[in-house]
Amino acid sequence: MYEIDAKNVYYRALNETIRSAIKNHNKDLVIENVCGQYYIGTGLSDPDVTLTIHGVPGNDLGAFMNGPKIIVHDDAQDGLGNTMNGGRIVVYGSAGDVLAYSMRGGSIFVEKDVGYRACIHMKAYKDMNPTVVVGGCAGAFMGEYMAGGTLILLGLTKDKNKAVTGNYLATGMHGGSIFIRGEVDDNLLWNQAMTIKPTDEDYKVIQENVKEFCNIFKNDYNKIMKEEFVKVVPKSTRPYGHLYIPGP
Amino acid sequence: MKWMKNLKTYTPPAFTVIRDDYRCIRCKACVEQCSFDATFYDEEENRVWNWDANCVSCNRCAAICPTEAITIEKRDYSYRRNYSWESHIDSLKKRAIFGGTPVVSMGNDKPYKIYWDHILLNASQVTNPSIDPLREPMELKTFLGKKPHNIEIGDDALKTILSPQLEIDIPIMFAAMSYGALSYNVVEALGRAAREMGTFYNSGEGGLNKDHYKFKGNIIVQVASGRFGVHKPYLDVGSAIEIKIGQGAKPGIGGHLPGEKVTETISETRMMPQGSDAISPAPHHDVYSIEDLRQLIYALKEATEYTKPVIVKIAAVHNVAAIASGVARAGADILCIDGFKGGTGASPQVIRDNVGLPIEFALAVVDERLRNEGIRQDVSIVASGGIRNSMDAVKAIALGADAVYIGTAALLAIGCTMCQQCHTGKCAWGITTQDPHLSKRVNPDIASERLINLLKVWALEIKETMGAMGINSIESLRGNRLNLRGIDLTDREMEILGILPAGE
Repeated sequence: MYEIDAKNVYYRALNETIRSAIKNHNKDLVIENVCGQYYIGTGLSDPDVTLTIHGVPGNDLGAFMNGPKIIVHDDAQDGLGNTMNGGRIVVYGSAGDVLAYSMRGGSIFVEKDVGYRACIHMKAYKDMNPTVVVGGCAGAFMGEYMAGGTLILLGLTKDKNKAVTGNYLATGMHGGSIFIRGEVDDNLLWNQAMTIKPTDEDYKVIQENVKEFCNIFKNDYNKIMKEEFVKVVPKSTRPYGHLYIPGP
Repeated sequence: MKWMKNLKTYTPPAFTVIRDDYRCIRCKACVEQCSFDATFYDEEENRVWNWDANCVSCNRCAAICPTEAITIEKRDYSYRRNYSWESHIDSLKKRAIFGGTPVVSMGNDKPYKIYWDHILLNASQVTNPSIDPLREPMELKTFLGKKPHNIEIGDDALKTILSPQLEIDIPIMFAAMSYGALSYNVVEALGRAAREMGTFYNSGEGGLNKDHYKFKGNIIVQVASGRFGVHKPYLDVGSAIEIKIGQGAKPGIGGHLPGEKVTETISETRMMPQGSDAISPAPHHDVYSIEDLRQLIYALKEATEYTKPVIVKIAAVHNVAAIASGVARAGADILCIDGFKGGTGASPQVIRDNVGLPIEFALAVVDERLRNEGIRQDVSIVASGGIRNSMDAVKAIALGADAVYIGTAALLAIGCTMCQQCHTGKCAWGITTQDPHLSKRVNPDIASERLINLLKVWALEIKETMGAMGINSIESLRGNRLNLRGIDLTDREMEILGILPAGE
C-alpha cells in the first residue's frame, strides 16, 4: 500500500505523484484528504492498480481511464468516468453531472444519486459492454443519445412524490438498455424511447449487477429485487434516418 | 423495371449525358464504372442508355470512356424564367415529396464573395531586394503551439520550460477527414504524403484504423462529441489532439455517419455496432462553457502527461473573435478556425449554405483580437475552410495564420471532381466510399505521389512569392498585413481585414 496525502496539493502535482508512484510499481494507492482535485486516475491504463480515495475528488475522475479500479469513500463530482474505456469506479455516496459520458467499457457503481446527463452517448462494442449501476435517482437527460451498454437505476433514495429521473429520459437513444426499478412515468420519456417489460434474459443481467451492487454497498438483495423493473429501449437504431434525404 | 419514370417522385434531371453513338463501341466501361445507376446496357437493343435523373456529373464515365463518346452537360432550367424562384422550385418539391431535408457534401457552393480574390500581394523593387528561392535558403518550417511571453537563459541553456510544439516543414496540413467518410486507401495516401512532406494529417472524429497507427509522428487525432474510437492508445499515437467543437461547413451541427456507411471495418475503427447510425451530438455534453472546455483540454493533457499540444477547432461564426479569446484562455495550444467554405462529408444543405463566416474575416478579427489582448503568442492559429491554392495560404498567413489545413484541395489532388455526393457513400472515384469495389479505384501509391507533388509545388510557389516580397522566412510573413492590399472591397471590408486599399 502506498499512501499519498492530498492536503493542499494542486491537482497537477497530485496526479504527477500518482503517475510516478504507479511507474515505481506501486499497485495499491491510498489517497487521503482529497478535496476537489481534478483528473484523478485520468488516462491510467494499468488494470492491476487500485486507487482508494478518501475525501471528495474533483471533476473528470477516471476520464479516458483504461483498466484501473477507483474506490471513492465519499461523494464524487462531475464528469466521472468520462470516455472511460475499461476498469471500475465505485462511489460510496453520490456523483455529479455528466457521469460516464461516452463510456465504452468497464463498470461504475454509485451508491446514491447522480446528477444531470448521466450516461450520455454511452456505447458498446463487441465484448466491451459498459455497465453503470446507480443506487439512487438521476437528473434530467439520463441516457441521452445512448448507443450501447447497460444502465441500471435502482431508485433506493426515491421520494414517494418525486420521479426517479428528471425529464427527457433517453432522448435520442439508439442502442443499449436502461433498467429502472419501479415504475417509469411515460411523461419522462420523449418520443425516441419506450418502456417494455424486461425478459428473463434481461433479469439475469439485472440480478447479476444488483448482486454485485449489494455486495459492494451491503444492501439487502432480496428487498431490492422485490420490486419489478422496467426496461427503456430505443424505438429505432436509426432515430434520425427518416429526417434526411439525399441532396441535389 | 427500375428505370421506369415515376411521376410521383419526379423532378427534372440536373444533367444530361450525351453519348455519341458513332463513337460508342459498346465496351460497357461506363456501365461498370457508374456507381449511381445512371448508365445501363440494353442487350436486346445493343445500346447503352442513361438515366439522367441519377447522374450527378462526377464525370467518371466520361473520363473512363476510351473513345471519348460521352459528354455531360448541365441541364438548363426548362421552367419559365423566374429569378427569385427558379433555383428553389425543385428543392422545395423534393422536401414536399420525400418529407426530409436534403443532405449535401463538400463546401458551400453559393456565389458569396471570395475575399482571397480581392487581396493582392506585394513585391520588392529596388529598395528591398527580392530573393531567388532556387538559389537562396528559404525557411518554411513552422512550430505550432504556445510560445512563452519571455524566456530565461540559465548558465548555458534555456531555463524556460517550453510548451510542446508541432513541428511542420511546410505550413500546410491535411484537415480532419475521418476514415468512414474517406475510404481506406485515401487515408493511407494522406498518411504517406504527410510523412514524406514532414507535416500532419488529421484522423477526423471517426477513430484510427489499427493499420494507420504506423503513421505515428504524422497524425493529429481528433476528439469530437461522439468520442468514437477515443481511448488511451489513440490519444498516445497522435502528435497533437484536436478537440472538434465545430466545423465550418456545419457550425452548431453534430456529425452523422449514416448506418449504411458503418461497415465492419468502420465499426471496428469507431468502436460501435455495424449498421447503426454514428451520431455525434451537436455539443460535447461535457462542454457547456469556456470553463468546461478548459476542463476537457486539461483532461486530455493529463491523459497524455502534458506531452502534446491540444488543438481546439471552432467554426467561424459571428462572434468568433470573442470565442477565440476564450479558447486561448482555456488553455488551447493551437486554435483552428474553419471558414464556411470548408467541406463536409454530410450536412443539411440549409446549414452548409447559410451559416458561418468567410475564413478571411474570421482570421483577421481573431488575430487582431488576440493581439489586442496580448495573448496571441498563447495560441497558434490554423486557418481552414476554402484554401484553394498556395496563394490563399500565403494570404492567410499574412492575415495572421500560422498554418493552414487543406481538405477539399487534397481530395481534388486524388481525383475528386466535386460532384458533392460524399454523403451517399457511392463515390465513383473511390474517395468517399466504403464499397470495396469502388474504394479500390484509388491507388494509394499514385494518390500519395499526387499529394506530395501538390504540396511540393505549393511550397515552391509560396517560396517564390515570399522571395518576391523580399522575405526569406515564413515567420516574417505571419501577420504581415502590410504586404496585402484590397481591391474591389468596401472601406468597411478592408477595415475588418485590417488591410489598405490597392494604391495606398
